[in-house]
Amino acid sequence: MAEIHLTDLTKSYGPTEVLHHIEGHIQDGEFIVIVGPSGCGKSTLLRMVAGLETVSSGEIRIGERRVNELEPSERDIAMVFQNYALYPHMSVRANMAYGLKIRKLSQAEINRRVEEAADILEIRQYLDRKPRQLSGGQRQRVAMGRAIVRDPQVFLFDEPLSNLDAKLRVQMRLEIRKLQQRLGVTSIYVTHDQVEAMTLGDRLMVLNGGYVEQFGTPIELYDRPASIFVAGFIGSPAMNFLPAEVKDGSVVLSNGVIIPVESPKEANVTLGIRPEHLQPEPEGAIALQVEMVEQLGANTLLHGTLQGTDKALTASVAGHATYENGEFVNFSAPASMLHLFDPETESRLEL
Amino acid sequence: MTRRRLPEWFVLLLPAIIVIAAVVLIPLLFSLYSSFTPYKLTRPSTLWKWVGTYNYEKILSDAKFWAAFGRTVLFLTIVLNLELLLGLGIALMMNKVTWGQRTLRTILMFPMMFSPILVGFQFKFIFNDNIGLVNNVLQSMGFDAALPWLVDGKLAMFSIMFAEIWMSTSVFAILILAGLFAMPRDPLEAAKVDGCTPWQSFRHITLPFLMPFIYIAMTIRSLDVARAYDIVQIMTGGGPARRTELLWTLMSRTGYVDARMGLANAMGYVSIILSILFTIYFFRKLSAARAELGMAG
Repeated sequence: MAEIHLTDLTKSYGPTEVLHHIEGHIQDGEFIVIVGPSGCGKSTLLRMVAGLETVSSGEIRIGERRVNELEPSERDIAMVFQNYALYPHMSVRANMAYGLKIRKLSQAEINRRVEEAADILEIRQYLDRKPRQLSGGQRQRVAMGRAIVRDPQVFLFDEPLSNLDAKLRVQMRLEIRKLQQRLGVTSIYVTHDQVEAMTLGDRLMVLNGGYVEQFGTPIELYDRPASIFVAGFIGSPAMNFLPAEVKDGSVVLSNGVIIPVESPKEANVTLGIRPEHLQPEPEGAIALQVEMVEQLGANTLLHGTLQGTDKALTASVAGHATYENGEFVNFSAPASMLHLFDPETESRLEL
Repeated sequence: MTRRRLPEWFVLLLPAIIVIAAVVLIPLLFSLYSSFTPYKLTRPSTLWKWVGTYNYEKILSDAKFWAAFGRTVLFLTIVLNLELLLGLGIALMMNKVTWGQRTLRTILMFPMMFSPILVGFQFKFIFNDNIGLVNNVLQSMGFDAALPWLVDGKLAMFSIMFAEIWMSTSVFAILILAGLFAMPRDPLEAAKVDGCTPWQSFRHITLPFLMPFIYIAMTIRSLDVARAYDIVQIMTGGGPARRTELLWTLMSRTGYVDARMGLANAMGYVSIILSILFTIYFFRKLSAARAELGMAG
């Protein structure tokens, strides 16, 4: 168990800096998810913590120790890889025991730990099989077993579920969460899947282009996204963004619709509103011209444009509802659910 | 009356069958037949005299043949193992090269591009006891004696092995390098996190993965080396006094110099056993190594 401090961490490949001044303080026992689109540097960051990539500048501390210069094996971490990274020629038991054998634990202790982990993960009946005889989900369990037996201070997960099918992914997601709560080991989990990130993480670090966009709890990210990127990345369907102007204490959309807000400043803004926060109301100020309807059962998604403009707008309406293409549907938007962003810096403007 | 027609598949395959029969099957059967005759190239009529297994019996009790057989096995064993070690080392180093690797890989193949005859001549010169490069270097470094590289039995064997290894180590290097390229990186990283030293991850992760590639190279090279002839013939001609005589130099001497083709053919059939045994051995190992890794077969 340990805290992790990331201080002014950067990573460069030659002259190209791919991670810029990452700061983060991870509490003991916390489950942190690093999330972002592909190429944002999230795996690189994780691999730096693991010691598989060198640190260009800045500092990583695990517990009390600075680990920048330590080998992966000296950092007291265990890692679960995207492709499981099992040793193909070893049985499941040998795979899990290998790291312990290297550390010269007694055979009795190795057996005890392997069997305990196998029980937790319910893979005891596969212990004598080779990885190739297992399904993807079982292999993933073995990979986690290999991490658990080590009893490390930190678990690192590098997109461990991305090779599984959708149903199994949901199931394994819950299992990973339960396992982490049970073991209470500080964990860092990398994923590009925002649902996975929201459900797993105590806190999420949203990375974009090598910068930390926001680091906070899932609800903070949802309620108060720090930038247009975070706002668009977290939440599904994605937030609507409309160009607007703040004037005389209200937001004026490009088609002249006025939504009252309490803002003293006058400025051009980008208005963000989540599809689920648009409330259907016959007298509502925001009119959406329907272009496509998606029936999801529990709710209905209306895709279209804001009346009088070509700005895309999506609304989510609870339950079943039938709409015609081309029809106008009116919505109101409570001021508390609006997000204002600076169109230049793309960062959040406080109301 | 209807004419019987040959089945279509047979007619369609006939050209191939004729070619294979002419260039492979008939010579093979002819050589097998002649190994049961006292066939001498200088007296063609001897081809029709059947002597049964006389040639084979003679071979089995022929000390010269078994000496050549044993020498070939020894030659194979030493050459294959050294080539494996050197090839593995070269491949591991090449795998670390990040700049100019393509060029290096091409350069690595150069020795394979030369004719073995030329390699033979080249090393015959290098190891020549009077004007050779090696002795020249040794003498200029202050060694007084001129080492009889190609005259002393043991040294001659060493010189031939050296030439053979120089020429063909790259077969191992290239195949093992291909294996290294195909190797997934994840298990190695997992091993790093697990706390392996570089030697441990090589021994427990890399090497098992490379074994199938090594056995393929072994199979190819064992067939190659078992029929080593050109380099030996050029460098020593099997001499001095038959001390570097391998199976194929012995066979060609028996067949073409002594003109006893029947006997030579019989030797050929006996020595094929050697190649078959090596091939079976390496293929078994190959399947086992592949099964270990969970590859098919």
